[in-house]
Amino acid sequence: MAGKTLYDKLWESHLVHEDADGTCLIYIDRHLVHEVTSPQAFEGLRLAGRKPWRADTIVANPDHNTPTKDWAKGIEDPISRLQVETLDNNIKETGALVYFPFKHANQGIIHVIGPENGTTLPGMTVVCGDSHTSTHGAFGALAHGIGTSEVEHVMATQTLIAKKSKRMLVKVDGQLGKGVTAKDVALAVIGKIGTAGGTGYAIEFGGEVIRALSMEGRMTICNMAIEAGARAGIIAPDEKTAEYLKGRQYAPKADQWERAVAYWNTLKSDADAEFDAVIELKGAEIAPQVTWGTSPEQVLPIGATVPDPAKETDATKRTSIENALKYMGLTANTPIEQIKLDKIFIGSCTNSRIEDLRAAAAVAKGKKVASNIALAMVVPGSGQVKRQAEAEGLDKIFIEAGFEWREPGCSMCLAMNADRLSAGERCASTSNRNFEGRQGPGGRTHLVSPEMAAAAAIAGHFVDVRNQI
Amino acid sequence: MKAFTQLNGLACPLDRANVDTDAIIPKQFLKSIKRSGFGPYLFDEWRYTNYGEPGMDCSTRPINKDFVLNQPRYQGAQVLLARDNFGCGSSREHAPWAIEDYGFRVIIAPSFADIFFSNCYKNGILPIVADAAIVDQLFKECEANEGYKLNVDLSSQTVTLPSGKTFSFDITPHRKHCLLNGLDEIGLTLQHADEIKAFEVKHKAAQPWLFA
Repeated sequence: MAGKTLYDKLWESHLVHEDADGTCLIYIDRHLVHEVTSPQAFEGLRLAGRKPWRADTIVANPDHNTPTKDWAKGIEDPISRLQVETLDNNIKETGALVYFPFKHANQGIIHVIGPENGTTLPGMTVVCGDSHTSTHGAFGALAHGIGTSEVEHVMATQTLIAKKSKRMLVKVDGQLGKGVTAKDVALAVIGKIGTAGGTGYAIEFGGEVIRALSMEGRMTICNMAIEAGARAGIIAPDEKTAEYLKGRQYAPKADQWERAVAYWNTLKSDADAEFDAVIELKGAEIAPQVTWGTSPEQVLPIGATVPDPAKETDATKRTSIENALKYMGLTANTPIEQIKLDKIFIGSCTNSRIEDLRAAAAVAKGKKVASNIALAMVVPGSGQVKRQAEAEGLDKIFIEAGFEWREPGCSMCLAMNADRLSAGERCASTSNRNFEGRQGPGGRTHLVSPEMAAAAAIAGHFVDVRNQI
Repeated sequence: MKAFTQLNGLACPLDRANVDTDAIIPKQFLKSIKRSGFGPYLFDEWRYTNYGEPGMDCSTRPINKDFVLNQPRYQGAQVLLARDNFGCGSSREHAPWAIEDYGFRVIIAPSFADIFFSNCYKNGILPIVADAAIVDQLFKECEANEGYKLNVDLSSQTVTLPSGKTFSFDITPHRKHCLLNGLDEIGLTLQHADEIKAFEVKHKAAQPWLFA
């Protein structure tokens, strides 16, 4: 019999019940909660007279609606304010392990604060009413997004009704070139398998390139698994994982630490494990990536030119290229390096951690944002990231270069707060989705790494960051 | 949840692949703390030519006449025909809430995004995965024939075309049971409360740090 994959092990260690048709009850160890997808779930609990099964598994914090400047003014939009206050009230009623209300020193993007507090651990199941929950798979946790009905279900029962996914291994071997990042690997994978390539699968990322990545880089890759269609992305924990977690507030302590690490060391796919699909990439072949269209799979290396629909033989694909070019205001065959930008956004649960900010600052240091850039903003992922960056002087580097240094939150990744693009504006963004209207109605998003975003801010158009460092 | 048993409903063809949940219901409407009232804002940026805000009266907004949902022949549609990877992107359940509130009860596509697919079942919507060739045929017939209706029967797991042709679809017994009876899944799961508690005892012994 073939060995087990990491996904199999995580699944089996949380299986509470299995029906004859394969419908399972899976136990949930960590429930992350934000203000947008939870109010209806709390309301549902109240209406049914139910209480949370284990409130001590909840880690909550508002992030989508919170402003990134002028915090003294509070939340000006009354509808946003009500949603944030509703979360305050709901948590007051039910309790939680961790709650950082708006303006708390540690508030931030829920997917940034979980790991930095040690509330995300290897071997856990982690859910959140947010598709980017896949981020936490970087720790060897089974982590994925759920809908609001499922948020209510998890609160009421500590379980999730689920069917086991198929297993995909994405193996990236060799080494990444200088200036090529985890973000570029994620975009290259999506470019290769498409935004539906991972549908129905849990993706395990492995290979030399993944092992060489920091925890921040691993989080970036797992974060983008959902953009390849896979609910969950996972990376086996190793000494880097333990090193990252040691001493964090909610990480295992004292005598439990050794025992936990010993268990975490078993969390890897067996040598003879079988996957349902295997995708291989060579690290050395990956160049910095830029999306040109309105789906993350519409991505190309920096040296390429915008595709020509006339060269596409498949009618559906041709139409989607034409639609994307029209929305993006791009002409076929334009070199990507000639695309001029209006705004720059460095932030989001994909790329707002300390390492991302260090990398962007290294590119921007001593330079000035180009005059055609109307706004370049850096939004740290959490209060802790912001303080760390300021302690290292990164804020000064950004401000001197002409970037705005903001308060933490989701910000212009999805533009639920005041940070957004106007119609027709073009943005180099370190976020995760370039869908129509994602960063504001009519806004045009190009997804890139933090280094590429910083280099584009300085040049005013896309450039190959490998020539800048 | 509303039960779903059988429906003979007008079909509407949305001929676009990779329709994401940001397109189904844009972010500004996610600020609501309610579960209802999203129907008027379904596909907001495609349906109207001005920017929609929560609470806006949509009856006076300028509409995009080219968008399929605005065409008179598709008014009252209950079956949405869609292309590959429908519902990709964000996990927002506001997407199926908007679809259901608008009046759709069935979506037929060659493939769906995972999270959206399971969210549909929680809201009395039946998502049907059909072969790309069948979906193509439905698109062609629907566009060619005004008043094109499909008969969807959940208990026999079949869809019948106006021509009398039938195709069948898969659904797990659990989902079928819940949808046919409009069941509250939490109530069903709580029937396993003792199993959950027994699991917790074992889990805590193996990984006590998860219960600190």
